[in-house]
Amino acid sequence: MVGEIAALAPSVFVKDAWLIALLPFVSAALTLFVGKRTPGKGSVYGITAMAVGLVMSLGVLWHFVNNGGPYEANVSWFQIGPLAMQLGEYVDGLTAIMVVVVTAISLCVHVYSLGYMKDDVRYTWFYVVLSLFTGAMLNVVIASNLFQLLVGWEVMGVCSYLLIGHWWEDKTNSNAAIKAFLTTRVGDVPFMFGIFALIFATGFTTSNIQVIGRTVAEGHVSSALVAAAALLLFGGTIGKSAQFPLHVWLPDAMAGPTPVSALIHAATMVAAGVYLVGRLFEVFVHADAFVLQTVGVVGAITMVGAAFLAFVQDDIKRVLAYSTVSQLAYMVVGMSMGPAGRTAGFFHLFTHAFFKALLFLGAGSVIHAVHSNNMSEMGGLRKKLPITFWTFLIGSLALAGVPPLAGFWSKDELLVVADETGHTVLFALLLATALLTAFYMTRAVLLTFFGGYRGHDQPHESPKTMTGVLIALAGASIGVGLLGAPQLGDAVFGKWVFFEEVEKAVFVPWIAGVSVAAALIGIAFGWLVYRTHTERDPIRRLGPAYTLLEQKYYMDTFYMKGIVFPIRDKVSAAVYWINQNVLDGAVNAMAPLTKLVARVVNAFDRKAIDGVVNGVAETAGFTGGLLRYVQSGNVQRYAAFLFAGVVIFAIIFTRV
Amino acid sequence: MSAQEYAFVVIALVGTVAAVRMVTAKNVVHAALYLVVTLAMVGGVYLMLAAEFVAWVQVLIYVGAIIILFLFGLMLTKAPIGREALDNQSRGLALLIGVGVLAGLIFLIQDAFHWRDAKLQTVQATTGDIGASIFRRYVLPFEAVSFVLLAALIGAIVLSRKDEKA
Amino acid sequence: MIRLPLILFFSAGLFSVGVYGVLARRNAVLVLMSIELMLNAVNVNLVGFSQLWHDLTGQVFALFVIAVAAAEVGIGLALVILIYRNRETININEVNLLKW
Repeated sequence: MVGEIAALAPSVFVKDAWLIALLPFVSAALTLFVGKRTPGKGSVYGITAMAVGLVMSLGVLWHFVNNGGPYEANVSWFQIGPLAMQLGEYVDGLTAIMVVVVTAISLCVHVYSLGYMKDDVRYTWFYVVLSLFTGAMLNVVIASNLFQLLVGWEVMGVCSYLLIGHWWEDKTNSNAAIKAFLTTRVGDVPFMFGIFALIFATGFTTSNIQVIGRTVAEGHVSSALVAAAALLLFGGTIGKSAQFPLHVWLPDAMAGPTPVSALIHAATMVAAGVYLVGRLFEVFVHADAFVLQTVGVVGAITMVGAAFLAFVQDDIKRVLAYSTVSQLAYMVVGMSMGPAGRTAGFFHLFTHAFFKALLFLGAGSVIHAVHSNNMSEMGGLRKKLPITFWTFLIGSLALAGVPPLAGFWSKDELLVVADETGHTVLFALLLATALLTAFYMTRAVLLTFFGGYRGHDQPHESPKTMTGVLIALAGASIGVGLLGAPQLGDAVFGKWVFFEEVEKAVFVPWIAGVSVAAALIGIAFGWLVYRTHTERDPIRRLGPAYTLLEQKYYMDTFYMKGIVFPIRDKVSAAVYWINQNVLDGAVNAMAPLTKLVARVVNAFDRKAIDGVVNGVAETAGFTGGLLRYVQSGNVQRYAAFLFAGVVIFAIIFTRV
Repeated sequence: MSAQEYAFVVIALVGTVAAVRMVTAKNVVHAALYLVVTLAMVGGVYLMLAAEFVAWVQVLIYVGAIIILFLFGLMLTKAPIGREALDNQSRGLALLIGVGVLAGLIFLIQDAFHWRDAKLQTVQATTGDIGASIFRRYVLPFEAVSFVLLAALIGAIVLSRKDEKA
Repeated sequence: MIRLPLILFFSAGLFSVGVYGVLARRNAVLVLMSIELMLNAVNVNLVGFSQLWHDLTGQVFALFVIAVAAAEVGIGLALVILIYRNRETININEVNLLKW
């Protein structure tokens, strides 16, 4: 099976897949330099790059549709000792899927922003960073070695910071940007150490992912190192994909513009953490079993915890943010269940990207209409924003997992894998979370689109650039699920993304029934609670539980009071004190010390050295003063010496 | 020691003593007179060495003319009398050097002759032979000496003239 | 019959005395006199050796020395008198314009 897959020669799309990653950088540069002067203020470059990129990505996918095999190409950049730094691309089915997702969602967001960000104060810069971000994400997905991946990873972090803080005039936004950046940074440090551990495992020769995979698979590496590397890498995932305990940044990141939330914090950047685990799956699989168990535990905690937190949010974007965290945890849990779970997890990533982007953009449309994020100021918008309403509804049903929409198929696959691999606890938790998901999405839909309008604005439907995108994404949310559906022939998705063996998608009727039931129960609960629209949110009736959820389990409080404030106040003060008194004191003490040394040197120079020089002169003068007495003017003296000399000479010359 | 040697030693001693007295006299005229004695003794030595012409020339020139010159010189320059006036401070050094010279010379003489009996066989040399020698073999130095004397004569006259007020 | 070394001792003695006189006397005329003494010592030496070798050269030379000595004394005294005219003194120590 594998041999027949490798037989097809790579098409030009596959060979030059790196162009897909390069194009956004080019468009970013163009937008930066000439964007302000082009008509349309620079948006055209990004949109063109994304459209071309999407076409090329589909070309890449076509290769794998035709049973093509993976392709790798590397260019050697430079060498540090034994370590070879390369630039390269590794294109397999997973890469194809990811580039399609990224370019498609990015294209949608670019087009959507034409309407949403119109008349924004930094319109051109927005498009620059959007393109830059997309280029970085594509780089992460295409990269063949870990250093290249890390570069893209970090650039994404920077772009996220820039985009969240797009409206930095408001201090809340810049604080959120900093929080996002620092929190993901906390996850990046173990990630880097994980990379170092893996490079060490290869004997410091390379960071190429396939080579690392082979080295680990052949068993030459100590199991402790493999386990350590896997856990460290997972640290990066925890940071970037907002898993417990580093999930705190994602809800606050909603301070950024909604297209940003759709692109970065729903579909692509946060998926990079999951992609990392999947890409380096060899390491995880060959580590001790407790590594994958840890992954599963973290995912499970996040999944359920975030779902509960979504219950109490008033801001519509925060509901979607916690939903994203919970869904990412779904994927992480999927990864923890082994190779079949990997395929299922990536399938969920694929479908989730589309309907979560749809939901965010729909929320953006609502926000654009009512100029407020809070659902307490919305209501009854289904008549005023019809397209938004229907697309949002489709997205919510897809998220809840109602067949035949996309989410149902991917969630179903996860449940099947959980059952097949015997993870009963995870099975139950996945199911429970599906119920919770359905509940809070129903709550969001009912609060936003039904009942009476509670706000003070004049909402109207959004422009065509925005609604067109919503319709396209709705279509995707309906259709893409079928790519992995067992009914459609022989596991199309599983043929593209697989680990060592093609995973067949299996349809187990009772599991499908149970998952549908969970979704419907959740929707029913939501409808029961929220069909009458009281002013005060019914969820508050939970009392202390509500307070706990509202305070996000007091985690943010803990982080701020326990870690940030002490460092900011005590540690900074201590460091400042050391700097002022010890370091500056040492430097300042140098000055009088130098003066003292200078004085000593001066004295030495004047007395000793000048003394010597002057002494020489004085000695010469003194000797001259003595010798001058020879010149007495006294002729007899001269004669005396003459006679003495003559006698001596006489004796010498006659005797010697 | 033969009789001639005794005579010689006596003459030599007198001459030496007179010479010493000459250089230590406090009175310049005494010094000049002591010089006369010394020169006369030297003349006597010449006679003993059978160099009669030289002896007579010695007496004639030295004792007769040169001493007179000295005495005139002393008179014309009103030389003072007294030890302080005549001997300078570096007498010690001068004595040292004089003794040194003497020692050196004696050493050389001893080194050369070692008291060998270099007895001199005195041979009478007649004045005629000396004359012949001067005017034959040494005529050139003779003429040169005449020039020297002429120059000295002219020089003495020139130098002693009173300066005209210019 | 006279042993030569005796003559040479006599000559050496006169010479040394003359050296002492040259160096020790303050009066210029006395210095000249001491010089004459030295010249006489030289003459004695010459005549002595002339007798040893039976060669008249020594005596002839002694004659020439006498002649030259005479000329020298003449000039010397003329100079002394000139100095005396200019400086009112013939103390050698005071004629020291070549002093440092």
